[in-house]
Amino acid sequence: MPPHNTKETANMAFSAEVTCRHGGETLTSCYQCGTCASSCPVARLDSRFNPREILKLSLLGEKEEVLSGAAIWLCTSCFNCQERCPQDVEIADVIYALRNIAIEAGHSPNIYADFGAALVADGRIVAISKFVEKKREEYGLPPLKPVGVEALNKILTATGFTKPEKTEASQ
Amino acid sequence: MTKYAIFLGCTIPARQPNYELSARKTLEKLGVELVDLDDLTCCCPPPIQSINLESSQTIAAYNICLAEEAGLDIVALCNGCFESLAMANAALKKDKELKAHINEVLAKVGKEFKGTIEVKHFLQVLLDDIGLEKIKESVVKPLSSLKVAPFYGCHSLRPSKLLQFDDPERPQIFENLLEALGAQPLEYRNKLKCCGGLLKGISDDTALSLAREKLANTSKAGADCISTLCPFCFVALDIGQIQVKSKFNEVYDMPILHYSELIALALGVDPNELALRSHKVKADKVLEKIA
Repeated sequence: MPPHNTKETANMAFSAEVTCRHGGETLTSCYQCGTCASSCPVARLDSRFNPREILKLSLLGEKEEVLSGAAIWLCTSCFNCQERCPQDVEIADVIYALRNIAIEAGHSPNIYADFGAALVADGRIVAISKFVEKKREEYGLPPLKPVGVEALNKILTATGFTKPEKTEASQ
Repeated sequence: MTKYAIFLGCTIPARQPNYELSARKTLEKLGVELVDLDDLTCCCPPPIQSINLESSQTIAAYNICLAEEAGLDIVALCNGCFESLAMANAALKKDKELKAHINEVLAKVGKEFKGTIEVKHFLQVLLDDIGLEKIKESVVKPLSSLKVAPFYGCHSLRPSKLLQFDDPERPQIFENLLEALGAQPLEYRNKLKCCGGLLKGISDDTALSLAREKLANTSKAGADCISTLCPFCFVALDIGQIQVKSKFNEVYDMPILHYSELIALALGVDPNELALRSHKVKADKVLEKIA
Protein backbone atom coordinates (compact mmCIF):
# COMPACT_ATOMS: atom_id res chain seq x y z
CA MET A 1 0.00 0.00 0.00
CA PRO A 2 1.50 3.37 -1.00
CA PRO A 3 2.23 6.01 1.64
CA HIS A 4 -0.24 8.84 1.94
CA ASN A 5 0.37 10.76 5.11
CA THR A 6 0.14 14.51 4.76
CA LYS A 7 3.78 15.20 5.65
CA GLU A 8 4.99 13.11 2.73
CA THR A 9 2.47 14.51 0.29
CA ALA A 10 2.59 18.21 1.26
CA ASN A 11 5.18 19.14 -1.35
CA MET A 12 4.18 16.69 -4.08
CA ALA A 13 2.49 17.66 -7.30
CA PHE A 14 -1.22 17.10 -6.77
CA SER A 15 -1.40 14.40 -9.46
CA ALA A 16 1.37 12.50 -7.64
CA GLU A 17 -0.52 12.88 -4.37
CA VAL A 18 -3.58 11.34 -6.03
CA THR A 19 -1.72 8.48 -7.71
CA CYS A 20 -0.15 7.34 -4.45
CA ARG A 21 -3.61 7.02 -2.89
CA HIS A 22 -5.66 3.87 -2.89
CA GLY A 23 -7.94 4.19 -5.96
CA GLY A 24 -5.99 7.05 -7.54
CA GLU A 25 -3.19 5.01 -9.13
CA THR A 26 -4.35 5.28 -12.75
CA LEU A 27 -4.99 9.07 -12.95
CA THR A 28 -1.94 9.89 -15.07
CA SER A 29 -2.93 7.50 -17.89
CA CYS A 30 -5.73 9.88 -18.88
CA TYR A 31 -5.28 11.46 -22.32
CA GLN A 32 -8.48 13.49 -22.21
CA CYS A 33 -10.43 11.68 -24.95
CA GLY A 34 -13.77 12.35 -23.29
CA THR A 35 -15.19 8.82 -23.49
CA CYS A 36 -15.97 9.17 -19.78
CA ALA A 37 -17.97 12.36 -20.21
CA SER A 38 -19.97 10.91 -23.11
CA SER A 39 -20.79 7.77 -21.07
CA CYS A 40 -21.78 9.67 -17.93
CA PRO A 41 -25.47 9.73 -16.98
CA VAL A 42 -24.97 12.79 -14.75
CA ALA A 43 -22.97 14.96 -17.16
CA ARG A 44 -25.96 14.93 -19.55
CA LEU A 45 -28.20 16.40 -16.87
CA ASP A 46 -26.04 18.51 -14.58
CA SER A 47 -23.58 21.03 -16.00
CA ARG A 48 -21.59 21.09 -12.74
CA PHE A 49 -20.31 17.57 -13.38
CA ASN A 50 -17.95 16.31 -16.06
CA PRO A 51 -15.55 13.48 -15.22
CA ARG A 52 -13.06 14.49 -17.90
CA GLU A 53 -12.88 17.99 -16.40
CA ILE A 54 -12.22 16.56 -12.91
CA LEU A 55 -9.34 14.47 -14.28
CA LYS A 56 -7.97 17.43 -16.22
CA LEU A 57 -7.99 19.76 -13.20
CA SER A 58 -6.38 17.04 -11.08
CA LEU A 59 -3.64 16.51 -13.66
CA LEU A 60 -3.05 20.26 -13.87
CA GLY A 61 -2.65 20.50 -10.10
CA GLU A 62 -5.76 22.59 -9.41
CA LYS A 63 -6.00 21.07 -5.96
CA GLU A 64 -8.17 23.65 -4.24
CA GLU A 65 -10.71 23.81 -7.04
CA VAL A 66 -11.01 20.02 -7.17
CA LEU A 67 -11.19 19.42 -3.42
CA SER A 68 -13.44 22.28 -2.35
CA GLY A 69 -15.75 22.32 -5.37
CA ALA A 70 -19.11 20.56 -5.76
CA ALA A 71 -18.12 18.43 -8.76
CA ILE A 72 -16.41 15.43 -7.16
CA TRP A 73 -19.53 14.77 -5.04
CA LEU A 74 -21.84 14.52 -8.07
CA CYS A 75 -20.47 11.21 -9.36
CA THR A 76 -23.02 8.42 -8.80
CA SER A 77 -20.26 5.77 -8.81
CA CYS A 78 -22.11 4.02 -11.65
CA PHE A 79 -18.81 2.93 -13.27
CA ASN A 80 -20.01 3.48 -16.85
CA CYS A 81 -16.95 5.63 -17.55
CA GLN A 82 -14.59 3.16 -15.96
CA GLU A 83 -15.98 0.31 -18.10
CA ARG A 84 -15.36 2.25 -21.29
CA CYS A 85 -12.10 4.12 -20.65
CA PRO A 86 -9.68 3.13 -23.48
CA GLN A 87 -6.74 3.93 -21.18
CA ASP A 88 -8.01 1.81 -18.28
CA VAL A 89 -8.19 4.84 -16.03
CA GLU A 90 -10.23 3.72 -13.03
CA ILE A 91 -12.17 6.96 -13.06
CA ALA A 92 -14.75 6.19 -10.37
CA ASP A 93 -11.95 4.96 -8.12
CA VAL A 94 -9.92 8.11 -8.81
CA ILE A 95 -12.97 10.10 -7.70
CA TYR A 96 -13.11 8.01 -4.50
CA ALA A 97 -9.44 8.90 -3.91
CA LEU A 98 -10.21 12.59 -4.47
CA ARG A 99 -13.14 12.40 -2.04
CA ASN A 100 -10.94 10.63 0.53
CA ILE A 101 -8.40 13.48 0.28
CA ALA A 102 -11.14 16.13 0.37
CA ILE A 103 -12.69 14.65 3.51
CA GLU A 104 -9.33 14.64 5.27
CA ALA A 105 -9.04 18.32 4.31
CA GLY A 106 -12.46 19.00 5.86
CA HIS A 107 -14.59 19.26 2.69
CA SER A 108 -17.69 17.13 2.14
CA PRO A 109 -21.45 17.44 1.81
CA ASN A 110 -23.04 17.11 5.26
CA ILE A 111 -24.71 13.80 4.47
CA TYR A 112 -21.30 12.10 4.77
CA ALA A 113 -21.10 13.16 8.42
CA ASP A 114 -24.36 11.25 8.97
CA PHE A 115 -23.05 8.14 7.19
CA GLY A 116 -19.78 8.24 9.13
CA ALA A 117 -21.46 8.79 12.50
CA ALA A 118 -23.97 5.96 11.94
CA LEU A 119 -21.24 3.55 10.83
CA VAL A 120 -19.11 4.24 13.93
CA ALA A 121 -22.05 4.07 16.34
CA ASP A 122 -24.01 1.09 15.01
CA GLY A 123 -21.85 -0.64 12.42
CA ARG A 124 -24.73 0.11 10.02
CA ILE A 125 -25.49 3.18 7.95
CA VAL A 126 -29.26 2.82 8.37
CA ALA A 127 -30.45 2.42 11.96
CA ILE A 128 -32.77 -0.42 13.01
CA SER A 129 -35.60 0.88 15.20
CA LYS A 130 -37.53 -1.07 17.82
CA PHE A 131 -40.53 -0.68 15.51
CA VAL A 132 -38.68 -2.43 12.69
CA GLU A 133 -37.62 -5.27 14.96
CA LYS A 134 -41.23 -5.78 16.07
CA LYS A 135 -42.42 -5.69 12.46
CA ARG A 136 -39.92 -8.41 11.55
CA GLU A 137 -41.56 -10.67 14.08
CA GLU A 138 -45.00 -9.98 12.60
CA TYR A 139 -43.72 -10.80 9.11
CA GLY A 140 -42.15 -14.01 10.38
CA LEU A 141 -38.62 -12.82 9.62
CA PRO A 142 -35.85 -14.15 11.89
CA PRO A 143 -34.47 -11.78 14.57
CA LEU A 144 -31.44 -9.78 13.43
CA LYS A 145 -28.05 -11.05 14.56
CA PRO A 146 -25.65 -8.87 16.57
CA VAL A 147 -23.44 -6.50 14.54
CA GLY A 148 -19.64 -6.60 14.83
CA VAL A 149 -19.35 -2.93 15.85
CA GLU A 150 -16.28 -3.43 17.99
CA ALA A 151 -14.24 -5.14 15.26
CA LEU A 152 -15.44 -2.55 12.75
CA ASN A 153 -14.23 0.32 14.93
CA LYS A 154 -10.84 -1.30 15.46
CA ILE A 155 -10.49 -1.57 11.67
CA LEU A 156 -11.57 2.05 11.18
CA THR A 157 -8.92 3.21 13.65
CA ALA A 158 -6.20 1.01 12.16
CA THR A 159 -6.93 2.31 8.64
CA GLY A 160 -6.98 6.00 9.57
CA PHE A 161 -10.71 6.56 9.03
CA THR A 162 -11.55 10.26 9.44
CA LYS A 163 -15.14 10.81 10.52
CA PRO A 164 -16.44 13.66 8.30
CA GLU A 165 -17.66 16.74 10.18
CA LYS A 166 -20.66 18.87 9.27
CA THR A 167 -19.74 22.31 8.03
CA GLU A 168 -21.87 25.43 7.72
CA ALA A 169 -20.71 26.00 4.16
CA SER A 170 -22.28 22.80 2.91
CA GLN A 171 -25.52 23.09 4.89
CA MET B 1 -28.62 -29.11 -0.02
CA THR B 2 -27.25 -25.79 -1.24
CA LYS B 3 -26.39 -23.55 1.68
CA TYR B 4 -25.42 -19.85 1.76
CA ALA B 5 -24.62 -17.17 4.31
CA ILE B 6 -27.19 -14.45 3.64
CA PHE B 7 -25.84 -10.89 3.65
CA LEU B 8 -28.72 -8.51 4.38
CA GLY B 9 -26.78 -5.25 4.70
CA CYS B 10 -28.31 -2.12 6.23
CA THR B 11 -31.14 -0.90 4.03
CA ILE B 12 -33.05 -4.13 3.44
CA PRO B 13 -33.65 -5.08 7.11
CA ALA B 14 -34.34 -1.44 8.02
CA ARG B 15 -36.67 -0.52 5.18
CA GLN B 16 -37.51 -3.31 2.74
CA PRO B 17 -39.15 -6.32 4.35
CA ASN B 18 -40.69 -6.92 0.91
CA TYR B 19 -37.24 -7.75 -0.53
CA GLU B 20 -36.10 -9.91 2.36
CA LEU B 21 -39.35 -11.85 2.72
CA SER B 22 -39.69 -12.62 -0.97
CA ALA B 23 -36.02 -13.63 -1.32
CA ARG B 24 -36.11 -15.90 1.72
CA LYS B 25 -39.37 -17.56 0.64
CA THR B 26 -38.10 -18.03 -2.92
CA LEU B 27 -34.83 -19.63 -1.88
CA GLU B 28 -36.58 -21.82 0.66
CA LYS B 29 -39.00 -23.08 -2.00
CA LEU B 30 -36.11 -23.80 -4.36
CA GLY B 31 -34.18 -25.74 -1.76
CA VAL B 32 -31.50 -23.22 -0.77
CA GLU B 33 -30.76 -23.06 2.94
CA LEU B 34 -29.81 -19.64 4.34
CA VAL B 35 -27.65 -19.07 7.40
CA ASP B 36 -27.70 -15.76 9.30
CA LEU B 37 -24.18 -15.18 10.65
CA ASP B 38 -23.29 -13.27 13.83
CA ASP B 39 -21.15 -10.11 13.78
CA LEU B 40 -21.57 -9.06 10.14
CA THR B 41 -21.49 -5.28 9.62
CA CYS B 42 -22.27 -2.71 6.96
CA CYS B 43 -20.61 -3.78 3.67
CA CYS B 44 -19.15 -0.25 3.29
CA PRO B 45 -20.77 0.80 -0.01
CA PRO B 46 -19.90 3.88 -2.15
CA PRO B 47 -20.78 6.52 0.48
CA ILE B 48 -18.32 4.92 2.92
CA GLN B 49 -15.77 4.21 0.17
CA SER B 50 -15.98 7.95 -0.51
CA ILE B 51 -14.83 8.62 3.07
CA ASN B 52 -12.05 6.02 3.13
CA LEU B 53 -11.55 3.42 0.43
CA GLU B 54 -9.02 1.42 2.41
CA SER B 55 -11.20 1.20 5.54
CA SER B 56 -14.09 0.11 3.36
CA GLN B 57 -12.17 -2.62 1.59
CA THR B 58 -10.83 -3.94 4.89
CA ILE B 59 -14.29 -4.07 6.46
CA ALA B 60 -15.65 -5.84 3.39
CA ALA B 61 -12.81 -8.37 3.80
CA TYR B 62 -13.66 -8.74 7.51
CA ASN B 63 -17.23 -9.73 6.57
CA ILE B 64 -15.94 -12.23 4.02
CA CYS B 65 -13.72 -13.73 6.75
CA LEU B 66 -16.82 -14.49 8.84
CA ALA B 67 -18.30 -16.49 5.97
CA GLU B 68 -14.97 -18.21 5.33
CA GLU B 69 -14.87 -19.33 8.98
CA ALA B 70 -18.37 -20.76 8.58
CA GLY B 71 -17.32 -22.46 5.33
CA LEU B 72 -20.12 -20.80 3.38
CA ASP B 73 -20.42 -18.76 0.19
CA ILE B 74 -22.26 -15.45 0.55
CA VAL B 75 -25.50 -14.49 -1.18
CA ALA B 76 -26.15 -10.74 -1.24
CA LEU B 77 -29.55 -9.31 -2.09
CA CYS B 78 -28.57 -5.65 -2.38
CA ASN B 79 -26.50 -4.53 -5.40
CA GLY B 80 -24.47 -2.28 -3.09
CA CYS B 81 -23.56 -5.11 -0.72
CA PHE B 82 -22.85 -7.41 -3.66
CA GLU B 83 -20.53 -4.86 -5.23
CA SER B 84 -18.60 -3.98 -2.06
CA LEU B 85 -18.07 -7.59 -1.03
CA ALA B 86 -17.49 -9.10 -4.49
CA MET B 87 -15.05 -6.33 -5.43
CA ALA B 88 -13.03 -6.82 -2.27
CA ASN B 89 -13.14 -10.59 -2.66
CA ALA B 90 -11.92 -10.46 -6.27
CA ALA B 91 -9.28 -7.78 -5.63
CA LEU B 92 -7.80 -9.61 -2.64
CA LYS B 93 -7.78 -12.96 -4.41
CA LYS B 94 -5.95 -11.39 -7.34
CA ASP B 95 -3.43 -9.13 -5.58
CA LYS B 96 -1.15 -10.83 -3.07
CA GLU B 97 0.42 -7.58 -1.91
CA LEU B 98 -2.95 -6.02 -1.19
CA LYS B 99 -4.07 -9.18 0.59
CA ALA B 100 -0.98 -9.14 2.82
CA HIS B 101 -1.57 -5.48 3.66
CA ILE B 102 -5.27 -5.97 4.49
CA ASN B 103 -4.44 -9.09 6.52
CA GLU B 104 -2.08 -7.05 8.71
CA VAL B 105 -5.06 -4.94 9.74
CA LEU B 106 -7.42 -7.90 10.01
CA ALA B 107 -4.98 -9.61 12.41
CA LYS B 108 -5.89 -6.89 14.93
CA VAL B 109 -9.43 -8.29 15.05
CA GLY B 110 -8.30 -11.91 14.92
CA LYS B 111 -9.17 -12.47 11.25
CA GLU B 112 -7.34 -13.54 8.13
CA PHE B 113 -8.65 -13.29 4.58
CA LYS B 114 -7.91 -16.61 2.88
CA GLY B 115 -9.83 -16.35 -0.38
CA THR B 116 -11.81 -19.56 0.01
CA ILE B 117 -15.38 -18.46 -0.71
CA GLU B 118 -17.48 -16.85 -3.44
CA VAL B 119 -19.68 -13.78 -3.12
CA LYS B 120 -22.79 -14.10 -5.27
CA HIS B 121 -25.73 -11.91 -6.12
CA PHE B 122 -29.21 -13.35 -5.52
CA LEU B 123 -29.67 -13.64 -9.30
CA GLN B 124 -26.45 -15.62 -9.71
CA VAL B 125 -27.58 -18.12 -7.10
CA LEU B 126 -30.85 -18.59 -8.99
CA LEU B 127 -29.05 -19.03 -12.29
CA ASP B 128 -25.99 -21.07 -11.21
CA ASP B 129 -27.38 -23.20 -8.38
CA ILE B 130 -31.01 -23.65 -9.39
CA GLY B 131 -30.90 -23.09 -13.14
CA LEU B 132 -33.47 -21.81 -15.62
CA GLU B 133 -34.96 -25.27 -16.29
CA LYS B 134 -35.72 -25.99 -12.64
CA ILE B 135 -37.14 -22.50 -12.17
CA LYS B 136 -39.42 -23.00 -15.20
CA GLU B 137 -40.59 -26.33 -13.78
CA SER B 138 -41.25 -24.76 -10.38
CA VAL B 139 -43.47 -21.96 -11.70
CA VAL B 140 -47.10 -22.57 -10.71
CA LYS B 141 -48.42 -19.14 -11.61
CA PRO B 142 -46.80 -18.06 -14.90
CA LEU B 143 -46.52 -14.30 -15.39
CA SER B 144 -47.48 -14.80 -19.04
CA SER B 145 -49.35 -11.58 -19.64
CA LEU B 146 -46.81 -9.40 -17.85
CA LYS B 147 -44.52 -6.94 -19.66
CA VAL B 148 -41.61 -6.24 -17.37
CA ALA B 149 -38.90 -3.60 -17.70
CA PRO B 150 -35.80 -5.12 -16.08
CA PHE B 151 -33.70 -2.54 -14.25
CA TYR B 152 -30.27 -3.96 -13.41
CA GLY B 153 -28.93 -0.97 -11.49
CA CYS B 154 -25.23 -0.19 -11.57
CA HIS B 155 -23.57 -2.34 -8.97
CA SER B 156 -24.74 -5.73 -10.16
CA LEU B 157 -22.92 -5.15 -13.46
CA ARG B 158 -20.09 -2.71 -12.88
CA PRO B 159 -17.12 -2.74 -12.45
CA SER B 160 -17.40 -5.88 -14.57
CA LYS B 161 -13.72 -6.83 -14.36
CA LEU B 162 -14.14 -7.55 -10.67
CA LEU B 163 -17.83 -8.46 -10.42
CA GLN B 164 -18.06 -10.88 -13.39
CA PHE B 165 -21.85 -10.76 -13.20
CA ASP B 166 -22.67 -10.48 -16.91
CA ASP B 167 -21.69 -8.55 -20.04
CA PRO B 168 -21.81 -4.93 -18.77
CA GLU B 169 -23.10 -3.55 -22.07
CA ARG B 170 -25.48 -6.36 -23.12
CA PRO B 171 -26.45 -8.33 -20.05
CA GLN B 172 -28.99 -11.18 -20.36
CA ILE B 173 -29.26 -12.77 -16.91
CA PHE B 174 -32.23 -10.70 -15.80
CA GLU B 175 -34.11 -11.12 -19.09
CA ASN B 176 -33.56 -14.89 -19.04
CA LEU B 177 -34.79 -15.15 -15.46
CA LEU B 178 -37.89 -13.10 -16.31
CA GLU B 179 -38.64 -15.34 -19.29
CA ALA B 180 -38.30 -18.38 -17.05
CA LEU B 181 -41.29 -17.01 -15.10
CA GLY B 182 -43.27 -16.62 -18.32
CA ALA B 183 -42.95 -12.82 -18.29
CA GLN B 184 -42.00 -10.70 -21.29
CA PRO B 185 -38.85 -8.62 -20.66
CA LEU B 186 -38.82 -5.24 -22.44
CA GLU B 187 -36.07 -3.19 -24.02
CA TYR B 188 -36.12 0.53 -23.27
CA ARG B 189 -33.90 3.58 -23.52
CA ASN B 190 -31.16 4.05 -20.91
CA LYS B 191 -31.91 0.64 -19.40
CA LEU B 192 -28.39 0.31 -18.00
CA LYS B 193 -28.02 3.86 -16.67
CA CYS B 194 -28.06 4.85 -13.00
CA CYS B 195 -31.28 5.35 -10.96
CA GLY B 196 -29.80 8.40 -9.24
CA GLY B 197 -30.14 6.88 -5.78
CA LEU B 198 -26.62 7.72 -4.65
CA LEU B 199 -27.09 11.43 -5.36
CA LYS B 200 -29.91 11.76 -2.85
CA GLY B 201 -28.96 14.26 -0.16
CA ILE B 202 -26.23 15.61 -2.43
CA SER B 203 -28.17 16.82 -5.45
CA ASP B 204 -31.82 15.83 -5.09
CA ASP B 205 -32.79 17.47 -8.39
CA THR B 206 -30.28 15.50 -10.45
CA ALA B 207 -31.16 12.32 -8.57
CA LEU B 208 -34.84 12.80 -9.39
CA SER B 209 -34.12 13.60 -13.06
CA LEU B 210 -32.35 10.26 -13.40
CA ALA B 211 -35.27 8.37 -11.85
CA ARG B 212 -37.78 10.34 -13.92
CA GLU B 213 -36.20 9.40 -17.24
CA LYS B 214 -36.41 5.69 -16.29
CA LEU B 215 -40.11 6.09 -15.47
CA ALA B 216 -40.75 7.93 -18.73
CA ASN B 217 -38.81 5.44 -20.86
CA THR B 218 -40.35 2.31 -19.32
CA SER B 219 -43.86 3.79 -19.62
CA LYS B 220 -43.23 4.58 -23.26
CA ALA B 221 -42.08 0.99 -23.82
CA GLY B 222 -45.44 -0.22 -22.44
CA ALA B 223 -44.21 -1.81 -19.21
CA ASP B 224 -46.70 -3.16 -16.68
CA CYS B 225 -44.01 -2.81 -14.02
CA ILE B 226 -40.31 -2.19 -13.50
CA SER B 227 -38.36 -4.95 -11.82
CA THR B 228 -35.35 -4.10 -9.63
CA LEU B 229 -32.46 -5.93 -7.96
CA CYS B 230 -31.39 -3.27 -5.48
CA PRO B 231 -33.09 -1.50 -2.57
CA PHE B 232 -31.72 1.90 -3.68
CA CYS B 233 -33.09 1.54 -7.21
CA PHE B 234 -36.41 0.43 -5.71
CA VAL B 235 -36.69 3.53 -3.52
CA ALA B 236 -35.53 5.88 -6.28
CA LEU B 237 -38.24 4.57 -8.62
CA ASP B 238 -41.03 3.85 -6.11
CA ILE B 239 -40.93 6.84 -3.72
CA GLY B 240 -39.44 8.78 -6.63
CA GLN B 241 -42.86 8.69 -8.33
CA ILE B 242 -44.39 10.67 -5.47
CA GLN B 243 -41.69 13.31 -5.89
CA VAL B 244 -42.01 13.33 -9.68
CA LYS B 245 -45.74 13.88 -9.26
CA SER B 246 -45.36 16.83 -6.91
CA LYS B 247 -42.48 18.44 -8.81
CA PHE B 248 -43.44 17.82 -12.44
CA ASN B 249 -47.12 16.95 -12.12
CA GLU B 250 -46.48 13.67 -13.94
CA VAL B 251 -48.27 10.50 -12.85
CA TYR B 252 -46.75 7.20 -13.94
CA ASP B 253 -48.51 4.78 -11.57
CA MET B 254 -45.74 2.29 -12.39
CA PRO B 255 -45.46 -0.56 -9.86
CA ILE B 256 -41.86 -1.40 -8.91
CA LEU B 257 -41.24 -5.02 -7.93
CA HIS B 258 -37.98 -6.62 -6.99
CA TYR B 259 -37.23 -9.71 -9.06
CA SER B 260 -37.50 -11.66 -5.81
CA GLU B 261 -41.14 -10.57 -5.51
CA LEU B 262 -41.99 -11.56 -9.08
CA ILE B 263 -40.43 -14.99 -8.73
CA ALA B 264 -42.07 -15.55 -5.33
CA LEU B 265 -45.46 -14.78 -6.89
CA ALA B 266 -44.73 -17.08 -9.83
CA LEU B 267 -43.72 -19.86 -7.46
CA GLY B 268 -47.12 -19.55 -5.81
CA VAL B 269 -46.32 -17.63 -2.63
CA ASP B 270 -49.48 -15.94 -1.30
CA PRO B 271 -49.24 -12.19 -2.12
CA ASN B 272 -50.49 -11.47 1.41
CA GLU B 273 -47.30 -12.98 2.79
CA LEU B 274 -45.03 -10.67 0.81
CA ALA B 275 -45.32 -7.23 2.49
CA LEU B 276 -46.45 -5.76 -0.84
CA ARG B 277 -48.26 -3.09 1.18
CA SER B 278 -44.89 -1.49 1.90
CA HIS B 279 -44.72 -0.33 -1.73
CA LYS B 280 -45.68 3.33 -2.26
CA VAL B 281 -47.02 2.57 -5.74
CA LYS B 282 -49.31 -0.38 -5.14
CA ALA B 283 -48.73 -3.59 -7.04
CA ASP B 284 -52.47 -4.32 -7.45
CA LYS B 285 -52.40 -3.88 -11.24
CA VAL B 286 -49.68 -6.51 -11.48
CA LEU B 287 -51.53 -8.91 -9.18
CA GLU B 288 -54.72 -8.54 -11.25
CA LYS B 289 -52.83 -9.26 -14.47
CA ILE B 290 -51.33 -12.48 -13.18
CA ALA B 291 -54.42 -13.67 -11.24
